[in-house]
Amino acid sequence: MEGVSTMVVLAAPITTGLTMVDAQTPRPVDNRDRRWGNWMVAAQTGDRTVYETLLRDCTPFIKTVARRQGVSPNYIDDVVQETLLTVHRARRTYDPNRSFSAWLRTIAQRRAIDGLRRQSRNGVWETHAPFAYENHPDPGRDPEEATNQVERTVRLDSAVSTLPASQREAVQHLALREQSLTEAAAVTGRTTGALKVNLHRALKTLRAQLGGQD
Amino acid sequence: MVTNSYDRLIQALGADLTPVRRLAPPGVRTLIWLTIVGAIALALATVSDVGAMSRRLMAAPDMWLAAIGSLVTAVLAAVAAFQLSLPDRKPAWALLPLPAAVFWVAASGIGCLRSWLVPETHPAWLGEAETCLAFILGISVPLSALLIVMLRQGCPLRPNLILVIGWLACASAAATLLNFIHPYDATATDLTVHAFAVATVILANAIFGGRLLMGKDVLASV
Repeated sequence: MEGVSTMVVLAAPITTGLTMVDAQTPRPVDNRDRRWGNWMVAAQTGDRTVYETLLRDCTPFIKTVARRQGVSPNYIDDVVQETLLTVHRARRTYDPNRSFSAWLRTIAQRRAIDGLRRQSRNGVWETHAPFAYENHPDPGRDPEEATNQVERTVRLDSAVSTLPASQREAVQHLALREQSLTEAAAVTGRTTGALKVNLHRALKTLRAQLGGQD
Repeated sequence: MVTNSYDRLIQALGADLTPVRRLAPPGVRTLIWLTIVGAIALALATVSDVGAMSRRLMAAPDMWLAAIGSLVTAVLAAVAAFQLSLPDRKPAWALLPLPAAVFWVAASGIGCLRSWLVPETHPAWLGEAETCLAFILGISVPLSALLIVMLRQGCPLRPNLILVIGWLACASAAATLLNFIHPYDATATDLTVHAFAVATVILANAIFGGRLLMGKDVLASV
């Protein structure tokens, strides 16, 4: 990173009004402003690495501006993203003879105001009611259905396991796996007639065990 | 390398980065637009009777005062609009053309009294003023389209404000150019026509303004 910034500063030196105030011992803010300005000049020429570094470096600054404008923490991220997008679109309007921080601050303030307006509009239409949300029943879903389904499956498995092997075989292939008589006959080596008889007897037994339930 | 929660967006913006040519200073862009207005004025001067126009303007003080007012309003509003098209310019730039605009409207308003001050002059009737409205709109619309194209090159953070100022520039420029073909003296009817024309373009701005100045949607998929 240091290599990148040094290269950019050397490649595109600029002068700003801020740095002329105290040229001997420039303040950190002035240094930062000059560094950002140089990086933006490099971004205008298409230097992706420097551009991404600039945007990352600016993020805390944008957050600070948004907070000072009164944006609530929930909306800070939105403001930062909107500001980054605006910076991207407006990058050709940056003039290296002017302060980059002031340029960025104005954009961030404007996007923060937009965020506040959005926040206000949402406040009119939305209500924060976590308990109402949690207690709201889902009309399209029976909460006991899943439990009943599990219970039915367990009972059916238990009943099938008590059947004689030939009947169990017929139920498994014809009813549970939904194979055709020909397929089941090929797999089990039994005739289709035997399979039909075994299935009929198995269903009769199961119906009796399960009390007439499907 | 510092990373943060915006890395995905930043990487997408970096991938979309292309070299850009820095925008010309607002003063230069203002001059370009005013030069085009001046070219239209020159074209009108070649097909109209400039001497008659001078005599008409000099016949009553409010006429040339209103012409000066509209001209200065056009220049200052154009300056303000191009300044406001840059993100880091203060919204106070919008106040720049207001004194001239007030002067222009006031001078036109004096025309209401001209029937009493200068009885021999011929005030415009509503039917005659309709041609003024058509001319103002006919000039203002293409000038406005050009102005919008030029303003879109910047990044206006207050689109409605900049459009109001931009349209003020176009309407006052059109009113200035109207003097070349105005066959009669302006009065209250003329002022009404001007107000209607300005209101029309400002209404159009209010309806379409938000989208008129928006650039392409950057990285809509991000």
